[in-house]
Amino acid sequence: MTPLRAAGLLALVALAVVPVLPLGSAQEYIWHVVIQIFLWSFVGNAWSLMGRFGLVSLGHGAFLGVGAYATVLLWNAYGLTPWIGAPLAVALTVVLALVVGYPCSRFQVVGHYFALVTLAVGEVVRLLIVAERDWTGGSLGVTFQTTGTTSAGWSLQFSDKRVFYYVGLAAWLFGLWVWWRVDRSMARSAMEAIGEDETAAASVGIRVARFKMAITALSAALTALGGALLALYLAYANPDTMAGIGVSLRIVFAVVLGGMYSLLGPFVGTALTIALGEYLRIYFGIKLIGMAETIYGLLLIVFIIFLPAGIYGSLAQAFRRRRAPPSRDVPARA
Amino acid sequence: MLDPIFLLEAVVNGILLGGVLALLALGLNLIFGVIDIVWIAYVDLVALCMYAVYFLVTLYAWPLWLAGLVSIGMGALLGVLVHLLIITPILTSPPINQLLATGGLLFFVQSFATLLWSTDHRSVRVAMPTLEVGGIFISFTRLLAFALAILAMVALYLFLTRTYTGTAIRAVSQDREAIALMGARPQRLYLVTSAVGGAMAGVAGALLIIQYAVHPYFGSAFGPLTFMICVLGGLGNMVGAFFAAFIMAQIISVGGVIVSTEMGYVIAFVVFIVLMFVRPGGIFARRA
Repeated sequence: MTPLRAAGLLALVALAVVPVLPLGSAQEYIWHVVIQIFLWSFVGNAWSLMGRFGLVSLGHGAFLGVGAYATVLLWNAYGLTPWIGAPLAVALTVVLALVVGYPCSRFQVVGHYFALVTLAVGEVVRLLIVAERDWTGGSLGVTFQTTGTTSAGWSLQFSDKRVFYYVGLAAWLFGLWVWWRVDRSMARSAMEAIGEDETAAASVGIRVARFKMAITALSAALTALGGALLALYLAYANPDTMAGIGVSLRIVFAVVLGGMYSLLGPFVGTALTIALGEYLRIYFGIKLIGMAETIYGLLLIVFIIFLPAGIYGSLAQAFRRRRAPPSRDVPARA
Repeated sequence: MLDPIFLLEAVVNGILLGGVLALLALGLNLIFGVIDIVWIAYVDLVALCMYAVYFLVTLYAWPLWLAGLVSIGMGALLGVLVHLLIITPILTSPPINQLLATGGLLFFVQSFATLLWSTDHRSVRVAMPTLEVGGIFISFTRLLAFALAILAMVALYLFLTRTYTGTAIRAVSQDREAIALMGARPQRLYLVTSAVGGAMAGVAGALLIIQYAVHPYFGSAFGPLTFMICVLGGLGNMVGAFFAAFIMAQIISVGGVIVSTEMGYVIAFVVFIVLMFVRPGGIFARRA
């Protein structure tokens, strides 16, 4: 076992035992922050599945929103357990992703255009949620209704945060596993070739449309699952925090900050942005509203200018360069 | 059944809205066409100019036209600052990083505005009559703003086609390597473009504040629409963006009256998505 792998295993054990540690009065809060980091990292990982191949989507808020709202609304309106509702929400999101993704691939909508088309999709979902306020709650959001005598295993609502801690941890590890599988597969080489030059990739026999659709469906499905889990954990969904341009940008920011070409990049970026946001929020409290976000925005600009490969990506590059000079570089995209 | 007079009024309002949107889109499209970077935070710079006009007029009792001139200067200054501080270091970075750096600026401007001026909606009230033409009510303020917007766009057009610098700017957008060989300095032209694009933001800010209330998230309300107009018209294509603005404004205005405000936007965005599939290079692009 290499030292790196041992360190990883150790970190994993440490994460698994956090909920049993006596952390005093702040423990609920610490769990809450870590659960959010897990779930948003999972979503970030899902985004980076597309982002690393040049499919820069600014519409993942749409997938997140459909996943979250479908799960909550199916429960509120029909009493459908999230055990069935969440997979249905994921299926619905995949359909949406394919409906948007197929023409994008068919008509070669790439680069800036792809980013802006997906951005429009995100806004459409957000505006539809706001417009259909009769049954979605509009911009006030919708609460996961738990009145009634259903068991926690049926409604998936737990008063004990530790349940969601382990759910979040499992989801995050699952996301990493999917990322790793894609990274080790033929699909990765194919997708990288497509990201560089679609026509050239097609000319050597790569089925461009099929690979693009597959990675889009996978990314959307995982994002929707993340949305469903977030909605279940928070027992609430809001169009501004779950759909639209704002949340889409936040996902992308966290991933790019951490480094989108590396396994742990999305986690590092998400953990950093959430921890920073929480720290600034506590430090400034209710005085100076907006201060925390102002610093956050400034740091984002500085990080993107000075660490273009992301924090984890830059560190990993430096580390690799020291150990083995002729290393595989992060593919540069012109 | 909807009274046709309301529909007609919606069409007229749509044309007036189109003028404002075209002004927003033209400044952004100029920068995009020349520097090849999407300023996600462009409309947030417009919002800053709106704040400037608001405070000059309400706090210091400046006349509106003078505040408007200050707004134009401030917009140009902001454009230069954004270019020097944010764009220059990342000119050769991958497009995603360029997009996100200005996205970081968006977060910064919106939260900084919240910090300084709270989330209050602020607007400048101008006492001007409402015109009535054949049962349709047209706000004179909006008509004036429309006329000034058209004037600003004509000025931009003349600058780009009739002056030496303008010609050079158009040349950069066509081929950035060739222009360097011709002896022009692209860096200087980028700076001029950012200043002109920023000045357009200043004009837009001065014209918007008399029609809409400004708040920290103003940029998020108009931003996505502005990008879509640029893309629809063809990134860098001035004339295309101009017409695209009027098309989108009609859809929003008429759709808003027939269904609801949000659905007007939904229809506009869906039309945008579909048009992107049919004509990926913009509605006025020639098929390659």
